[in-house]
Amino acid sequence: MSPRQATRGLEALLAAKEIAVVCGPGGVGKTSVAAAAAAMAAWHQGGKVLVLTVDPARRLADALGLANTTDLAQRVPEEAFRRAGASPRGELWAAMLDTKQSWDRLVARHAPDAATASRILANPLYRNISERFVQSHDYMAVERLYELHSEGTYDLIVVDTPPTRSAVDFLLAPERMADFFTSRLLRLLAAPYRSRFVDVAARPFYYVADKVLGSQFLEDITEFFILFQTMSDGFVARAQQVRRLLSDRRTTFLVVSTLEAAPVHEAEAFMRLLPVKGLNLGALVLNRVLPGYLLAEGLEERAGELGNKASELAERLCSEAMKGAEVSQVARVLHEVGSNFSNIALVARREAGQRAELASLPGTTSSVPELEQDVHDLAGVLSLGRHIWS
Amino acid sequence: VVDLLDRKLLFVTGKGGVGKTTIAAALGLLAASKGKRTLVCELDAKGDLAASFEAGPTSFEQRLVVPPDLWAMSMDAEASLRQYLALQLRLGKGAHIGPIARMFDFVASAAPGVREIVTVGKLCWEVRERHYDMVVVDAVASGHIIGQLAAPQAVNQLVHVGPVRQQTAEMMEILSDKSVSGVLVVATPEEMPVTETLELVGRLEAETTVNLAAVVVNRVLPELFSTREEQVFEALSEPTAMAIADAELGGPVQPLLEAARLMVKMRRSRTTHLERLREQLSRGTPVLYVPYLFLRSYGLRATHQIAASLAAELES
Repeated sequence: MSPRQATRGLEALLAAKEIAVVCGPGGVGKTSVAAAAAAMAAWHQGGKVLVLTVDPARRLADALGLANTTDLAQRVPEEAFRRAGASPRGELWAAMLDTKQSWDRLVARHAPDAATASRILANPLYRNISERFVQSHDYMAVERLYELHSEGTYDLIVVDTPPTRSAVDFLLAPERMADFFTSRLLRLLAAPYRSRFVDVAARPFYYVADKVLGSQFLEDITEFFILFQTMSDGFVARAQQVRRLLSDRRTTFLVVSTLEAAPVHEAEAFMRLLPVKGLNLGALVLNRVLPGYLLAEGLEERAGELGNKASELAERLCSEAMKGAEVSQVARVLHEVGSNFSNIALVARREAGQRAELASLPGTTSSVPELEQDVHDLAGVLSLGRHIWS
Repeated sequence: VVDLLDRKLLFVTGKGGVGKTTIAAALGLLAASKGKRTLVCELDAKGDLAASFEAGPTSFEQRLVVPPDLWAMSMDAEASLRQYLALQLRLGKGAHIGPIARMFDFVASAAPGVREIVTVGKLCWEVRERHYDMVVVDAVASGHIIGQLAAPQAVNQLVHVGPVRQQTAEMMEILSDKSVSGVLVVATPEEMPVTETLELVGRLEAETTVNLAAVVVNRVLPELFSTREEQVFEALSEPTAMAIADAELGGPVQPLLEAARLMVKMRRSRTTHLERLREQLSRGTPVLYVPYLFLRSYGLRATHQIAASLAAELES
């Protein structure tokens, strides 16, 4: 079976969606796929399409006109499409996620007043959280998505998700944020110092915290959390809205993977989790797939034959066709061609096995072959796009 | 330059999907084969480490996975905190610290650096107590490793007195001593892994005190032909030559040639990234190359093969 059979594209899927979340394991080319899907939608379906990326490869950023790193959306010039031989019906916009700026905006929105906002922004613990706190990247990507969607400027937003420890973290981010704000810990930390020893259940916590961290640090933390808690209601409500948006019918999830064992394992778990979480799996995009002809019947035997017969074939070739070539060198090349085929066909078969396992899961599947070049201009983005589009 | 296998604590990191776990497992296997009592610790418990050794699931309890010297564990920040508190508060085994431990998840997701500090703390403790000759850490991906390695410093600056201040100072000492600790960055010869590697190397120097031990380039594709052989290969693709081969093989040779061309192209597109990596790394940085493995599946056999490649690279 050729990998091109049994594949359908994203064209029909994206026509009816407002948000496409591109997710999957690390290192599989999510960002390029997100850019390609958005560019194809802008080209063929029209309207305003935004791709929200996270830390794109420099050359891809250049291709999208994102040379200066701002988190404001910028339009990809029509000229770039024309250079790539396309005349788009719509507009392609691109924005990069800046976690720190998104946090700052969120604080400004939810703080009860400007003075509290600036005290939070100046707090060293806040700076630590907004820059280092791993899960905050996940949350900010969905948060920014929500913000952009509710502005209503774009017909379609394609969002590239940040590299997480596991793809699942991204989905759970809004819940975790809400949990955090309603957590017992936050209440404990924000409790007035004197009342602490009244709560019997919490006493060991304070005892340990005091003993291990020292009371000064504890007071610093407390001050921060008291400030932070003033934003609690806004944050919780917001996280719930974000959660609803993700599970809305207008939102679809595109899972990207290669056919290497570890990414497939992670992608599969992710695809099973989506429906459990009430989220819509739209498509699976398999990237960097080896061509289907490698699996054709009889080829491996022929490759073995080529290796076995290398010397005699080399002699015949040198006397009949390749005048002037050295027999031993020709034989070595033939041998190499044979053993390379065995190697590469083994990988292709391994990929086919992984693919068969994924085939049991619902959704459109499309394949992108191993491309000769990295995507570094809009023409490259669009040529990747053609493979996933129809 | 300190010999890679002479370090006591090695953090293996890199962009997601480059094969960190396999490289960490192979390094552990190599160190153990030299008679070093070695611990390999997986930080994000995806279970890939256990698969590399085909030795059943790993847990916080260290377990001998490849006798006689290779041990494995997976990090559990909560268990680590519990162990720390038990030591700290001089509680006996099985003492009741449940209420605190239960709160851990909240603590870890709230207070910055808590998860990082108990993780790095546990690893440094294993080194300081000399439980092992070498600890290889299958660490978090390049995007998160700085936060982890800088956590002792960050916490040390926030906490002015008490045991935590002293303990983080000790951790900093272990991490900063390049005869003891180092970071090994794994890359593949592709655009983003190389870019992230170079960025990480810069950030390691600017934001941490941990030494870069080596860069490992994983999954390097084979070079099929020399320049002259490539000319022979092109001549083979001429119609008359192909016709002779077709007759000899009893079927078209064309797909076999096509597959060789595909490999040459894939290798070539990766070479530019390899060159960029070599050019931009500082001269003294050891770079080790590990070939792409054409194997049916990954397991202990693959880990052994990679260990052998690493050994050959270290000797050359």
